[in-house]
Amino acid sequence: MVQALGHTTVSFVRELGRLGWFLVYSFYMVFRSPCSLLYILKQIKFIGAKSLFVIFLTAAFTGMVLGLQGYYTLTKFGSEGMLGTAVALSLIRELGPVLTALMVTGRAGSAITAEIGIMRISEQIDALETMALDPFKYLITPKLIAAMIALPLLCAIFDVVGIYGGWLVGVKLLGVNPGAYFYEMEKAVVWRDVSSGIAKSFSFGIIIAWIGCYKGYFAGHGAEGVSKATTESVVLTSVLVLVWDYFLTSVLL
Amino acid sequence: MICLSDVHKSFGAQTVLDGLDLKIPDGQITAIIGPSGEGKSVLIKHMIGLMQPDSGQIEVDGESIVGIRRSKLNQIREKFGMLFQNAALFDSMNVFENVAFQLQEKTKLSKDEIRVRVLSALEDVGLKNVEHKYTDELSGGMKKRVGLARAVLLNPKIILFDEPTTGLDPIIKRAIHQLIKETHEKFGFTAVIVSHEIPEIFDIAQNVAMLYHGKILQFGSADEIRNSTHPVVKQFISGSLDGPIQMI
Repeated sequence: MVQALGHTTVSFVRELGRLGWFLVYSFYMVFRSPCSLLYILKQIKFIGAKSLFVIFLTAAFTGMVLGLQGYYTLTKFGSEGMLGTAVALSLIRELGPVLTALMVTGRAGSAITAEIGIMRISEQIDALETMALDPFKYLITPKLIAAMIALPLLCAIFDVVGIYGGWLVGVKLLGVNPGAYFYEMEKAVVWRDVSSGIAKSFSFGIIIAWIGCYKGYFAGHGAEGVSKATTESVVLTSVLVLVWDYFLTSVLL
Repeated sequence: MICLSDVHKSFGAQTVLDGLDLKIPDGQITAIIGPSGEGKSVLIKHMIGLMQPDSGQIEVDGESIVGIRRSKLNQIREKFGMLFQNAALFDSMNVFENVAFQLQEKTKLSKDEIRVRVLSALEDVGLKNVEHKYTDELSGGMKKRVGLARAVLLNPKIILFDEPTTGLDPIIKRAIHQLIKETHEKFGFTAVIVSHEIPEIFDIAQNVAMLYHGKILQFGSADEIRNSTHPVVKQFISGSLDGPIQMI
């Protein structure tokens, strides 16, 4: 039993070391051997533009449910005029970055792992290496840079759509004063709220690309290996996003 | 020259290379034969640094490739081309882009020059009007040929072939072997071929190494190995079920 525990601990520490090395080397390659702008733009399109629909949909319904729940709570205190503030702060500080990250993890993070995993098992990554070309330059750094750019943009879109979702329910359905909805919001939301949301989604972008690429790069054998890597990638990214969100919030609050 | 000395490699409890010694002569075709699962692909991947040995030394033209920095390893890899078992073509690119990729990334040739060289390389391997096709539209033989065109494009000094004809019909097999022989005669590279194609491989290889139980059991000219009296080599070449190799 002691041997098994030791083996598990050593494997865990080794995995952590490899994860850390992967991230450090990815950033090193961003500066040492810049990749083509075309590769980055392709990835921004894939991670960012192609996630727009799901972000719109999630944001609208998140804002709408916030409108409903917020109205229900605030009417108990006779403060339904603060609905805009409640919706906006919840979205900008917390739900926007986190839900955007989780949606992109499900849509793009899993696809990144599957793509790189398939390249691994079909020896395409080995082929790059035998050509004396660093796979990080072509496969990892474009995705990392693209995720760092796309996530804050998607999060901003999420926030705006969510605020209008809350407006639709609060103002149009439940009769909250439209002037109060936006006026109270403008008064309460400060730049620090917005910047903390941007900082969060920027770091979530790193986590999504990092774990997605890492799990694909070290995928096991065959279709089963890729499938396992994809599942692990989504689970680990989602957990890391939530854990990192807690630590970041405690620093940025 | 590629020189492997006392190379050991294990995966968990399974020993694949067990103190292997091998010298690949320059400018010649050397075939590595041996029963399935003996580690031939593992051996060839060690020669180009895709795998690192647990212990032992591997040198390419006198320079060690064991435990060196990635940048140094990449410098040595410039001498290599490799044709993978399943060709390992980039599936997000078409045939032209696959072959042109190295030229675009490693040379300053103009688009027109790249086009001329790629089309010429494809023609050399008997492929015409396929440059716009994607890899999933190609047959196994065509993929191998595209892989070969990609491998020889930058005139590397050494080309590694990992089972270049596995899964192909006899005519395509012969065509690929002929192509390797002709390309070798044209460019004079050092070739290492991992193959199961007995006896065809003896017609194109000048040297043959038999890998068995993690070691090179016998190394010699194609004729020496073909006429070997070693019971393991003899059984493997004849394909007999009776002998020291027990597969079932």
